[in-house]
Parts: sequence; C-alpha cells; structure tokens
Amino acid sequence: MASKVVYSPRDPMLKKRDDFEDVLEERRRSSDLRYALRCYTPVLYKGLTPCKASELKTMVLGSDQLHYVVNQVSRESGVSVDEVQAEASVILEEMAQRLQLSTIRFFAFTLSKVFKAMFRSICVNEEGLQRLQQVIQEHPVVLLPSHRSYMDFLLMSYILYTYDLPLPVIAAGMDFMGMKVVGEMLRMSGAFFIRRSFGGDKLYWAVFSEYVKTMLRNGFAPLEFFLEGTRSRTAKSLTPKLGLLNIAMDPFLKGEVFDVSLVPVSISYERVLEETLYARELLGVPKPKESTSGLFKARRVLSEDYGSIHVYFGPPVSVRSLAEGRVNRSQFSLVPRHIPMRPSEDVHGFVNDAAYRLVRAQEDNMVLKPWVLLASLLLQNQAAGKNQGVPLGELIQQAVWLRDLCRQFGAFLHWPDHVPPSEVVSSSLSLHSGLVRVSEDRVFLALEQGFLTAEEELLSQAVVVLSCASYRNQVLHVFLRPALLASAIHTASSSQKRKAPPPLSWLRFPLLTRVCDFEEACYLLTKSGALHVNQHEVLATERGHRTLAFLTGVLDPFLQGYQVRLVCRFLCEDATEALTERRFVPAVREFIIKHLLKGRLRYPEVLSSDLQRNALAALLRLGAVQKVQGCVCFAHLYVLHMDAFPF
Amino acid sequence: MASSSCGGGSDRQMAAQHRLSIIAGHLQRPSGSNTAILAAECKAQASKPFVSSERRTVPRRRQEIMKWNGWGYSDSKFVYNKKGQAEFTGRRYKLSGMIIPGLKDWMENTFGATLQHKTTATPALNSSAVPPPTLNEAFMEELKSTGIPFSADAEDRVFRAHGHCLHEIFALREGKIGRVPDMVVWPNCHNDVVKIVELACKHNVCLIPYGGGTSVSSALECPPEESRSIVSLDTSQMNRILWIDEKNLTAHVEAGIIGQDLENLLNESGYCTGHEPDSMEFSSLGGWVATRASGMKKNIYGNIEDLVIHIKMVTPQGVIEKSCQGPRMSTGPDIHHFIMGSEGTLGVITEVTMKIRPVPEYQKYGSVVFPNFEQGVACLREVARQRCAPASIRLMDNEQFKFGHALKPQVSSIFTSFLDGLKKFYITKFKGFDPNRLCVATLLFEGDREKVLQHEKQVYDIAAKFGGLAAGEDNGQRGYMLTFVIAYLRDLGMDYYVIGESFETSVPWDRVLDICRNVKARIVYECKDKGVQFPPLSTCRVTQTYDAGACVYFYFAFNYRGLGDPVHVYEQVEHAAREEILANGGSLSHHHGALRLSALLSGTDAVANVWPGSWRLSGHRTALRTSKHTRGSNGGLHSCAQGDGAKSSAAPEEKNQRVAAYPKSEDGPLQPAPPLGTHRA
Repeated sequence: MASKVVYSPRDPMLKKRDDFEDVLEERRRSSDLRYALRCYTPVLYKGLTPCKASELKTMVLGSDQLHYVVNQVSRESGVSVDEVQAEASVILEEMAQRLQLSTIRFFAFTLSKVFKAMFRSICVNEEGLQRLQQVIQEHPVVLLPSHRSYMDFLLMSYILYTYDLPLPVIAAGMDFMGMKVVGEMLRMSGAFFIRRSFGGDKLYWAVFSEYVKTMLRNGFAPLEFFLEGTRSRTAKSLTPKLGLLNIAMDPFLKGEVFDVSLVPVSISYERVLEETLYARELLGVPKPKESTSGLFKARRVLSEDYGSIHVYFGPPVSVRSLAEGRVNRSQFSLVPRHIPMRPSEDVHGFVNDAAYRLVRAQEDNMVLKPWVLLASLLLQNQAAGKNQGVPLGELIQQAVWLRDLCRQFGAFLHWPDHVPPSEVVSSSLSLHSGLVRVSEDRVFLALEQGFLTAEEELLSQAVVVLSCASYRNQVLHVFLRPALLASAIHTASSSQKRKAPPPLSWLRFPLLTRVCDFEEACYLLTKSGALHVNQHEVLATERGHRTLAFLTGVLDPFLQGYQVRLVCRFLCEDATEALTERRFVPAVREFIIKHLLKGRLRYPEVLSSDLQRNALAALLRLGAVQKVQGCVCFAHLYVLHMDAFPF
Repeated sequence: MASSSCGGGSDRQMAAQHRLSIIAGHLQRPSGSNTAILAAECKAQASKPFVSSERRTVPRRRQEIMKWNGWGYSDSKFVYNKKGQAEFTGRRYKLSGMIIPGLKDWMENTFGATLQHKTTATPALNSSAVPPPTLNEAFMEELKSTGIPFSADAEDRVFRAHGHCLHEIFALREGKIGRVPDMVVWPNCHNDVVKIVELACKHNVCLIPYGGGTSVSSALECPPEESRSIVSLDTSQMNRILWIDEKNLTAHVEAGIIGQDLENLLNESGYCTGHEPDSMEFSSLGGWVATRASGMKKNIYGNIEDLVIHIKMVTPQGVIEKSCQGPRMSTGPDIHHFIMGSEGTLGVITEVTMKIRPVPEYQKYGSVVFPNFEQGVACLREVARQRCAPASIRLMDNEQFKFGHALKPQVSSIFTSFLDGLKKFYITKFKGFDPNRLCVATLLFEGDREKVLQHEKQVYDIAAKFGGLAAGEDNGQRGYMLTFVIAYLRDLGMDYYVIGESFETSVPWDRVLDICRNVKARIVYECKDKGVQFPPLSTCRVTQTYDAGACVYFYFAFNYRGLGDPVHVYEQVEHAAREEILANGGSLSHHHGALRLSALLSGTDAVANVWPGSWRLSGHRTALRTSKHTRGSNGGLHSCAQGDGAKSSAAPEEKNQRVAAYPKSEDGPLQPAPPLGTHRA
C-alpha cells in the first residue's frame, strides 16, 4: 500500500522528488513506425478477469444494480421495464469506450510526429512509472492527472504506451463526441463519454456509475479522470468534483475490492497550447465548439515552439489507508449493496477531504519553469509602473532572488543550474515572445496600443495580462499560505494604526481558518527569515520586508477582485432586481470595465470571469447573496456585515 | 472414583448401587477389577442415571492423559522422525503411526520453516513456578464438610488456568504461568454445584466454570488483579446420561460430559445427537451451550440452539430452568437465549436435555473439484437455495486444498499412487484446471442408503453446473480429518517457529467472496506491515451454509523467526483481520464465542453496532459486578429473577420459566462475580 502521508507541510525542503527522463529523446533517434508497431505487453492487475469491451457492456446491463434502478424507474414513470432497459442500453452505447490496440498504434505514430514538432522535450519521472507498474498489479488503479490542456489525456496514454503500461479508460466530456471522426477515434483509444450534467437522471447515473465500477472491479484497465472536471483556464487548481471519485471509491468502501490506488499525476507545460484562448474565454469570448475542422485550422500551432512538458507520476495513494479510521465501512452492510444510496455525511466528508488532498498532491509535484517566476515579477512591475518596462539586468537579479525564495518554500522549480541566469531568462522570454517584448534592454509586456476605443484597447491588453497571470498562477500554491499571512499582516499594520502587532487569532481570521494552514504559513515565513513568531505575536523582520511586499503583491489583484465591495457595490448600485446567473458575469464585467477605464481599479485581471464566479460563490457561501430559482439576489440583511469584512 | 466423597453408606445407597451394577451388566461393559461401581448419594436422590459412564475419557487428573502445554492426548502428536519425515504418533487416530511425506515440504514452502530452526518448549511443568494459592479457609472448611472433592495441587490448577488461545499455549510453552485458579473442585452432580455456588456466595469466592478446556475465547483466564480466591469448577465428573426418552427422542445429560463420550454412549443405545463440533473429542456439553456451539452436521441436526430442549443452570441467585420440555413456547423472551452464549458469566450449566436421533444407517463422504473458488461459492449458494445441503458441505480454497494434500499419508501400493497421478493429470491437463486456482468441496451424506445416493446425485448435478468434477471419497474424508488434527499441527508448527490460529465469521451470501478475499489480503498486508519476515499462510473455507448466508472459517499462521514479540504481532494481525471482517459485513463470531473479542474490540463502536449480543453481555457483566456492592439492587440477573418471581406468584402453575431462589442468598454476600475475561474490558 502507498505511503499514508500525501502531504507533509512541515518540511518542504525535505521533499524528495524523482529525476526526469525525456521520452522524446528516444523518438528522435529511432523509427516512429517501428515504435508504433512494437510488441506491447503491459503488466496486468493480478485479479483481472480478462474480458472484452463488449462483454463489459453485457455485464453492466445484466448487473443487479442496474436492474434495481430500471425496475424503480419503470415503476415511477409507468414505462415498461423492457423499454427502460432498452433506454439504458442506448445510454451505455453512447457512453462506452471501445479500446482497440490498432487505434492506439495509430496515435502512437501520429502523436510522436506531432510532439516532436511542438515540444522540445516531454520529461517523465521513471520512478513514478515503476511505482505505478507495481501498484497496477496489486490493485485497481485510478489515474488522476491535472487538467490544463486538451493534450493531457493524449499525453497520458502516449506515455503509458511508451512504458508498456496498460492503457487507461478515460472519462471524457460529451462535447468531444461532436467531433465526428476524432470522437470515435478517442473512443477507440479508451475514452468513454459522459454528459456534463445529469443531475436528476437516475437511469443515467446508474448506468454510468455501474459502468465505471464494473471496469474498476474487474481491473479491466486503469481508470483515468480529471478531478477538476474541466480544464483550468487560469492554471489554478479548480474545486475538485466529487462524483467520479465517489464512484471510484465505492468498490473499496463496499468491500468489493481490497483496495483502490489513486495516482495523482501532475502535468506542467512550459507554454500552454491554449494560453490566449483561455484568456479570451475568461474575458467573455465564448469557448469555440469542439469540431474536427476546428482542429485542422489549429494545425498552425504545429509550427510553433511550446517548450517542454513535465509529467510527474506521484506516489500512489491507497484508498484503504485514507479511509482508515475515517469511514466505518460496516455501515454498508445493512442494506444490499446493489441498492443505490446517497453517501452518508461521513463518507461525503471523507471523499471531499480526499479530493482536496489529491489536488494538493497534484499541485505539489507541478514543475515550475523559470518563466513562471518572470511572469509574476513582470505583472507586479506592470501594476506598479504603468508598463514602463523593467531593465533586463534587474529582472534577472529579481528572478534569482525569487528562485531562491521559491526553493526555500519547497517549490518544485526546474531551473537549469548549470546555465547562467541571464541565459535562462532570455530563453524563457523568447519562448513567450507573444506575451513579452524586449527592447533597449528593457522588458515589457506585449501590450498593443492604438485601438479605436479605449474599451477595445483595454480588452486586448487584458488578454496579455491574463495570459501572463495564468503562468503566475502556477506558482500560487507555493506562495498562497504565506501570502495570505503577509497580506493580513500588511492590512493589520496599515489600517488598524496600532502600534502593537496584531494578535495571532486576528491574523488567522478569516482566510487561514485551518490551523495547519496558518502554522504552515508561519513556518515558511520564519524559515525564510521574513517573520519572527513568538507565542503571542508575529513580527515582520527588517530583511523580510522584500519578501512580504512581494507576497502581498502576488495576492493583491485577487484581493482587489475579490474585494467584496466590488461585487457588492455592483450589486448595490446596479443590480436593482434579481439577476439570473447567466447574466451575472457579463453585467459585472461591464461594471468593472467602467471602473477600470475611470482608473478606479488597478488590475485588468479583475476582468477574469473566473474571479467573478469565485467571488459570487464565496458570497453565496457566506449567505450574503441568495439564490432563488436560479436567480441571484442580494440579501440586504448582510450589508453591514460585509463592510465589517477586513478586506 | 467420584463417590469417594459421598461417604455414609446408607441403605438407600446400597440399593442404588445394586441397581446400577445390574444396569451396568445389561450394558455389558468390560468391568475392570479395580473400578467398583458406586452410586453417589446425591444422584440416587434425584434420578437414576440411565447410562452411567465408567469409561470416561477425561479423568479428574487430566495430566494423566493430556498435554499440559499443547493440544490433546500426550501420546498423540506430529513429530519429525530420524529420516526427517513427519509422523503422527500414538494409536488413537486413523492417522496414528503413519508417515506423512508431504508435510515437511509443505511446511518449508509455505512458511519457510525448516528442520534446522527448532524451538524448545519447557519440557515439564515446574510446580515451583506456580504462585501459591490464595485459599479461603472458611470456604474450604465448609466445602470439606460437603464431601465434594477438591484440590490445590499446582498441576491441577495450571491445567485449568487456560484454554487453547495462541497466547495461552505460547506462554505455557515458554514456561510462563500467570494468575491461576487457587483451587479446583469436582462436583459430581447438580446438587454439588448448587452447594458450591452457595458456599462461594457466602464466602465471597470467585468461581470459573471449567468444562473441556478447549475454549478459544480466553474465558478461562484468571484476572491477574483478582485478590479473592478463585475456584475452578471442573464439571468433568458430571458426565452421565441421566435418562433417554425414546418416545420423545430426547436425552437428559449432565453438562460435563464430553462430546465423544456422549456420542459413544448414545450409540450404544442406537442413538446420536449429531452435534459434532471439531473439538468434540474434548469439549463438553455445558461448554457448547455456554458458547452457542455449532456442529459440522448442523444441516441435518441443527446447531446447539436447535438441539437443546431444556437447560438447568445454577446462578448466584438460584437455579434457573424451564418447567416443561415443550418443543416451543411463547412465554416472553426465551431464557435459553441468555444462557446460550453467556460463556460462564451468568452461572454454571449443570444438566441439559437434548434431542437425539437414531444412528444413521449409511454415511458417505464425497468431494468435488472446482476450477476456482468463485465457482465453488456459486455452487454452495445454489445448494443452499435449493435447501439440499448434505449433512456437511465445505468449500476449501486453493491453499487449504494444498494443505489437506500435504497431509496425505504415505500410500502403500504403487497402484494407488498411479491412480492419484492419473486423477491429477485428468483434472489439471485434460480438464484444464489451474492447480493454483482450483478448490475442493468436501461432502458428507447421512441417512438411509437409498436417500443418500439420491441426495448425492442431486448435489453432484448442481456441482456439475458450476464446473465441478466429482473427486472421490478419499479427498472428502481427508478434508474432515484436517479439521480434527489441525490443533495437533499447531503444536508441530510451534516447534518450528510457526504460530497460528483460526477464527470464523458468518456473512450474507453476496459478501462471501469479498470477505474471503479481503480478509486474506488484509492478513498478508498486516503481516508485512508488522515486520513478519516470511509470507504468512492465509486461507479460508466456507464451512457451513445457511439460507441467508454462510460461515467462513479462516486459518492464519506465520513463521515468526526474527520477531521480538510474536504473540503481540499475532494479536495485532488477528485484530486487524477481525476489523476487516466487520467492515465487510461479517459477524464477530459464528461459533467460537466472543468474550475476548468483545473486550478486544470494545474500543470501537463496531461491537455495539454489529454484534449487539456482545454489548448486552458486557452489560450483564457489569450488572453482576455492581450488584456485589449494592445488595438487593435490580442489577442484571437479580432483577430478572425478581421479575419472574412476581409474575409467577400470580399464576405459579402456568409459569414455564421459573427461578428457584436460595433463601440463604438474601443474607449472605450476594455473589461472586464470575470474573471471566473482564480484566480486558
């Protein structure tokens, strides 16, 4: 079984991480065709009952679980059992994968060509794959890659094929089905398609969950899905979706398998394929519908340089050890196991915690490229200096300082040490020439000017800023906790006008409510020499000033965007009546554009719809805003309360 | 002889003795020159024993025939002979005197236990290591006057200080002796027990009932902190069949009789009880009732709760028994249900009326080979669904099949070994069964010949549907032999650094496969986790079928070389395995009783949730304990007796469950709390 501790906050420096191997190196040296046609004999799960993809369907359709729900649906709706069963069969047909080796070989060939054209290297930690190989034989495996790009699941299958590991079955959104040929090809390479929402559809849920569980129980193939549910447009981790994880854990909780191994996989791109696409999306340009012709149009991307990819297979996490002492499994022994039951509160809490731990494990092994640090620095400079640019030398010097800080905080930084920093920086800058410009030894963000309207100019600049921000966001998980503390200290010392340093309890409120997060923040800042913590108070040290300022700066755009007053003020001033959720984001955007143009807001980043949605979610959670029949309305009772909020 | 204490040769006794010798004559017992037949007065007063056993297996001094630190008879054990072959000594068993060529290799391959690594057990009991007894003089004086035999001899006491849990035997082998009873008494009949309990109440002395000494629930362990005198009440001399009622097919038996004697004696009259737990050579009737035992042939005869018609139990508050022998009654909760499973905490069971059946005309063993365990379980489920289970049907997994195979005695003729080879070839090569996956169901049919054959066909037909192949009587019989010699094998294992034990559970049908796989895997995992250097033996069999589920029996053993505290490791692993059982919807116990387990697991709320019996039981124990201090309170049994009394005063004649109270016990210290197992709670 895997190690019990997924994350240990106390000693970031001690975190031991594996070395990387470049997968493409071999591909550049030998024949792709031979590689695609080579003998492929993956290790298999020891309890595997060999069966074909079509037999799986028969098993699902004949299962007690499905029969129960079919009968139930038939009783409730008055439709005959046979018809409901037929409907289930249609659903399954639409969903099921048809994993075929020939398709895999085709992909192995074409992807080799494509990857070689686009990427400098694809680095994989081989030790992680060895661990995976072992665990695959022992228990059913669930692969949980981070999701930053469409490339993710192709890349995963490609790597597993390369290392002679069983190919996963992948939960994919139904939208891919729209791409006719490609959809079917993905299906044949192991993808199965699920609708984006099927909340109330009992039958759909039953077919879906039984299908996934059957594959898991039989050890048909590793199951792969994205905890975050969708690609993160901002490169921040998204709130994990619990549905599939719940299903994946169910066979263990109900004793149908001895254990299930969860393997978090962190995929980090030096340059994300979709970078400007995401930025546009966040600004309200809708996401283009997935279509085959669209994919072909996108083929010019083949000629560009996207740097390198790092894929880190984290240590497998055993569901059994996660559940140890958390879940009383005998609760499942009082109702027949084929009757679907809503997870009890403790199970729900357990799955939720597990999901967060796994996301954190993903973040933890994300490889950070030098560019990420540069983006953070450039953005801060940009906000401070109205795009005056930074002298290159200064930037290099700052980057080196930040590199060291990152390392102290335990970040997984991939900074080539044998190369002089100036080269590292300039190489990064050239890779991202779409976002930065270097002229006269000064580095600028590539903000275009000369638009017809101020609004257009603002939006086009926001695209660049948001793209950069998405790189800066990659480093957020390293700085988040210390940054929250730093901001709290900053606010406390500036607004409270108190001589005495603020008490610990006040600093923790309201953002670092969990004790371990607070302790971690204190620990990191003390270790880097920025803070002095004694039993009752926290003191900023002299030389820690730079660190704290930087950390505060990292968080500042978010705080401004999050500033409850912003959304609040909008709700107070403009929203005279209740808004539907769909209209909320555009309306807020207009409001913000207005304020940005007037110069009342500093960061174009606050235009991000992601930020606005998060703010709304937070307000909902706090009860300041209510949702009535899909509409958002302001709970007036909370006005005063909001103002009392420290940020 | 039992009657030595009863002195006072009255006329009545003379007459009784005369009648007894006539009965004995009828029974044509070989009468030894020195075994005089004497009737004890106490028995003669009650009723004449219908069959009296003079050939009892267990003498008062158990040490004469039994091992002091291992299982069973002193003369029977597995040893490696000079040639390094395993051999079973003695002359008592079918296997006795035979060479078992496969055992050595099996031990080596399964555990890595080789002949070079041998442990030595303390050869003999060192009486000086036994702590001196804490004797209650007043109690002894009064006991003496009753004439009931007793002893404070060190050997006698040590023999009754343990059951057969691993830790108990392991400690004995190392010569470690903890708190042992201070005295042993041998009551000869129900009235003796009444007297003993009365005196114990009066003098504040603890009693621990002792039957066959085969307990695996630590029920015989003395609480080390107990300062009062502990008296072991050995029922082994209460071993007569008092009467047989052929019209109603019942027999009234003293509770100290051990299984094999009961069966042998009944057989002489053409009857049997059909209750055959694996320990029946040594376990006693009272023990069966007290632990809710289950017999191998329960499919025909039922478990102990189905077999018992009437129980007499002596409690500190009085004797409790039903007032009739009706087959069923609806007068409130059945008092039998708190007697059965009380594991000696509530009183001493003295006499039991049991159902009997005519000895079956025909018995036939059988076996079926399945390609894998899943198919085997599916077949057993179908057999249970059709309610056509033979007297016994057991499904051994692959490891246990190999285990059974290793116990095959040396075959005498080339022909047999040739046949064996042929069989093996047919099954593995021709039928394509994987020798590492196949498993075997063993069968035992009983009844009249024609029906047995018919039944056999029905079962084999079902088996065929699940890919099962008939594999002969031999395999079947050997499977059952395994269960009788397993305890002897454990002693052999302990000689070579292997410790192990068995435990069992009952579980709904749909979870049988899952629980088997998960518990076995958990054992392997925990062993590795706890630093066991060799892969453990972790095997199971589905050993009983019911309408709604099955009983699964696990064997678990490992080589402990290189471990500092093997027993502790063993207990941790077993505890984890039990936890796994509960998590997979199994019960804490099917038939071994659970005093120790409830104590082990009382930290978790699993017990209260999953096995309410345990919770209630511990409730009783507390009640019993507290009532010692608060006299006349409504604690536990006391209130129960009172309640009954109040009711019976209204309609005394109609009461079916009555409690006779001692007038005396109202004044004396209420009762000694039977201290069993409580120290762990």
